[in-house]
Amino acid sequence: MLVLARRLNESIMIGDEIEVVVIDIKGDQVKLGIKAPRKITVHRKEIYQEIKQENIAAISSDFDPNTLRDLSDLFKKDKK
Amino acid sequence: MGIKVNTKPFGEIEINELQIIDFPEGILGFDFIKKFIIMDAEDEGSPFKWMQAFDEKDLAFVIIRPLDFMEEYELVIAQNDLDTVKSDNIDELLVFAIVTIPENPKKMTANLQGPIIINPVKRIGKQAISLSDRYTVRHNILDEMKKHTKAGG
Repeated sequence: MLVLARRLNESIMIGDEIEVVVIDIKGDQVKLGIKAPRKITVHRKEIYQEIKQENIAAISSDFDPNTLRDLSDLFKKDKK
Repeated sequence: MGIKVNTKPFGEIEINELQIIDFPEGILGFDFIKKFIIMDAEDEGSPFKWMQAFDEKDLAFVIIRPLDFMEEYELVIAQNDLDTVKSDNIDELLVFAIVTIPENPKKMTANLQGPIIINPVKRIGKQAISLSDRYTVRHNILDEMKKHTKAGG
């Protein structure tokens, strides 16, 4: 892993198009600004992990497919 | 001609090839599954559908459209997600949330942080990542519904 020391308002470039700027530093929290083309997606790493875990939770449910009908009925009741 | 598929909820069934959706990137945690089938639930009028892995009988997700349990929902995703499903119009996409059904099914939740988007014309799908901070991986479906029956009544 490449490690670079940066101060407030300094930035790094990733390739020619992506710039990461240090916008604020407070205690153990760093605020980063990211300038990137629209085709590049930027998300917190935890988001990927959370979605992955939830997909696994959804698939590991012991719920019996035959009871889906009972759940559908909940909707009919609640609908006005 | 129909295609035979082994499904978790219905056993072996014959489907129309138009029901097969390509997921070029799979979904998070299941990136090896590149094709899913979208099937209606058995009973008419059910808000639920099944998203069944094409080659893996035991991999089937229950999905629901956010607007079937929420009064208001806004899909906010990155351009990159639209590009994957080869769409330039967010309004044409079908949007589903994967449902997690725990031991007490009344506590079922919907994942709005990672919505499933499908381009119905090209039949390409993806698990997008919501850019809106209003949405998390666990929205209690029945609670959300109570909110809008209250507001509506």
